[in-house]
Amino acid sequence: MDVLDLSRWQFGITTVYHFFFVPITLGLVWFVAAFQTMWVVTGREKYLKLTKFFGKLFLINFALGVVTGIVQEFQFGMNWSDYSRFVGDVFGAPLAMEGLLAFFLESTFLGLWIFGWDRLPKKVHLATIWAAAVGTMLSAYFILAANAWMQHPVGFEVDQDTGRAVLNDIGAVLFQNTAIISFFHTMSASFLVAGTGVAAVGAWFLMKNRQIDIFRPAIKVGAVVTLIAAVAVSITGDIDSKIMVQQQPMKMAAAEALYESTTRAPFSVLTVGDVSGENATPILEIPGLLSYLSTGSFDGTVEGINELQARYETEYGAGNYVPNVPITYWGFRLMIGLGMLGAAWSLWALWRYRGGRNPQKGRLFAFSTLFVMLGPLLGISAGWIFTEMGRQPWVVFGQQLTADGVSPSITATDVWISLIGFTLVYGILAIIEVKLILKYIRAGAPETVVEDPFKDAQSNDKLYFAY
Amino acid sequence: MEFVNVWFILIAVLWIGYFVLDGFDLGVGILLPILGRDDLRRRVMINAIGPVWDGNEVWLLVAGGATFAAFPLWYATMFSGFYLAFFVLLLALILRGVAFEYRSKEDSQSWRNRWDIAIFIGSALPAFLFGVAFGNVIGGSPIEPLPGTDAANAANFNYAGNFFDLLNPFSIAVGLMTLLIFTTHGAIFLALKTSGEVRESARSLIYKIGPLAAVVAVVALLWAQSFSERVAITLPMVLVAALAWLGAIWLTRAGRDGWAFVLSSTTILLAVAALFVGLFPNVMVSSIDSAFNLTIDNASSAGYTLTVMTWVAVIMTPIVVIYQGWTYWVFRKRISTSMIPDQPMAGRSDDRFVSTK
Repeated sequence: MDVLDLSRWQFGITTVYHFFFVPITLGLVWFVAAFQTMWVVTGREKYLKLTKFFGKLFLINFALGVVTGIVQEFQFGMNWSDYSRFVGDVFGAPLAMEGLLAFFLESTFLGLWIFGWDRLPKKVHLATIWAAAVGTMLSAYFILAANAWMQHPVGFEVDQDTGRAVLNDIGAVLFQNTAIISFFHTMSASFLVAGTGVAAVGAWFLMKNRQIDIFRPAIKVGAVVTLIAAVAVSITGDIDSKIMVQQQPMKMAAAEALYESTTRAPFSVLTVGDVSGENATPILEIPGLLSYLSTGSFDGTVEGINELQARYETEYGAGNYVPNVPITYWGFRLMIGLGMLGAAWSLWALWRYRGGRNPQKGRLFAFSTLFVMLGPLLGISAGWIFTEMGRQPWVVFGQQLTADGVSPSITATDVWISLIGFTLVYGILAIIEVKLILKYIRAGAPETVVEDPFKDAQSNDKLYFAY
Repeated sequence: MEFVNVWFILIAVLWIGYFVLDGFDLGVGILLPILGRDDLRRRVMINAIGPVWDGNEVWLLVAGGATFAAFPLWYATMFSGFYLAFFVLLLALILRGVAFEYRSKEDSQSWRNRWDIAIFIGSALPAFLFGVAFGNVIGGSPIEPLPGTDAANAANFNYAGNFFDLLNPFSIAVGLMTLLIFTTHGAIFLALKTSGEVRESARSLIYKIGPLAAVVAVVALLWAQSFSERVAITLPMVLVAALAWLGAIWLTRAGRDGWAFVLSSTTILLAVAALFVGLFPNVMVSSIDSAFNLTIDNASSAGYTLTVMTWVAVIMTPIVVIYQGWTYWVFRKRISTSMIPDQPMAGRSDDRFVSTK
């Protein structure tokens, strides 16, 4: 493999890995904030116990999200220096804003939250987790605005002398529809991921007949949030796909493996055979749905891969402008399918535990509970793999090919070393993280908690919390 | 003043902020096996930086992001040029960050010992590598246009050396300087933030490594004068930095921990500022031909981006400094071994997780 392929593998592996922790962080922090708020408002101990329980899981997850995020910021320069040179004027701005507005906020206030239980009055301490939550959300916004610019570059012109993109409208970059919709879609999907996670953990405790009074509210809150998020994900996803058809029609054509332009295009739920070729056999098809997703009308015409390829060749010159069709095709389906399974499970869980019930039978429910702890997370990951792979061969759509963005000064040996190094260390850390998460789920919520750590600290010299 | 100048200063400010703040975090991590003779002492040290280290590290991320936004060609050439060094740096920062959070998550001494090694290596390597990177930026590294490209366009300037070219005598000297200065700075922070055994051992260590750090730093910084664009300004800055350092050691002896910390921070501030003043208007020096230097003019973003980013920086930086400063106020209490709860993570016995064994 050459530097380009190795760098793509490395970016893919490290980004997919990083993005396992991100949606959990983006969603779970609000659950922790909400449970703590419920504790402060109602004074009921079970909410404090839930805060501590999910807070601990949140922090185990957050730690890996932070450190793998540093790699992301460095990699643009390390492996994609020609990309960085071309886009820095535009792309660097939201990245720097993310640091100044978001990273400082989340890191500083999480430090205050973790260690501040006995150092801050109850309500001030509560405010710190809200500040951290706002920080994580701002961070998502800026990085998604930067990514949206790669999908649909706006607010710039290319300097003819230097060949570099030059920003001329920051408002367009930060607030174009691609950025806004991608933010709402990603946030609602993150709530879906975290919501099913919270509810599934709660259901696990009820099935084990442990700490029932504490975890019953977790099921309800988690499942209701999941259902609302599922509606939001569908609406934003629908808007997003229509925007995508206008801005990146090739991605949508690849998502359906649609080679020839078609009116009343069907959406195939499942196919057998060769999805990359033209001779796949659909086994379940919904007539007109692809046309509806793409154009808003069941009779609309969807452009096929072959037409688009021909059009791009006239526009950008000879080359292959077709992304990897099997990956986009299956990524798209896994995204939708796994997300919707999470929503369906939530309905089931709400029904099963309605009105204080706690049925002990149900192997299928137990099995599906374990599955939804991971399912939606794999779904959101598949969605991003689809989004990024579907943009290929471009790194900045219509402006720079991925092959032109790679660093000219690094060698294949360099990238082999880092690729193997990152993969090994990430693999080991993943094992450790999963073990810890499982350990702390099994440990359950604390049996007893200090009523008011801040007041208590006046008469107690020991730190309330210490590593 | 032109925005490129403003951004050169802002990047310098971000690096100074990073080195002053994460400098002591890294130092504490390096001192973990040296001053932390038992687990209780190690926990005192870790908890002294626990609430603040992550916020401090953000200064690095913002310095990186700001360099990308304001000087994309500097960012691109440096990060791709110092590829393997930055890879090692990243691995170190990953292990270190995870270690702080995970070391107390299992009740096992061997588990903790392993994470303590991660903290030590994850702190010592960055402390050294940051100096090495700066040494190469200032002292020059083999930068030239790619063969067959327009030599007048700085977008073609790339690093032409390999990993071992980075380890030249000057950059190693700068690396040893940052390693020793941060270690001492960490000890000075511990003297300020702890009481009892940890504070006493930190103080006696300052007398031992403080002077050694001074000698290495003076050698490295005087050597750096040979690359300085304006020795008349940078040399006096270096001399004042050295005086502040001696003052820090002397004030430690006098028991004025707070002022000692102010002075060691001043040393770092002046030393880094002197390096940047000596570098201006270059941002990366080419050892092949000064025509291939990356400068604030040929490596920067256009005026519009710099204007936008200046507004963001001018509004946000003071706000960040205020709330980070508040954090230090909230956690102002000195920590001692007697204050550390028996059960890590769990406060007091009434908040302990039930064992499920």
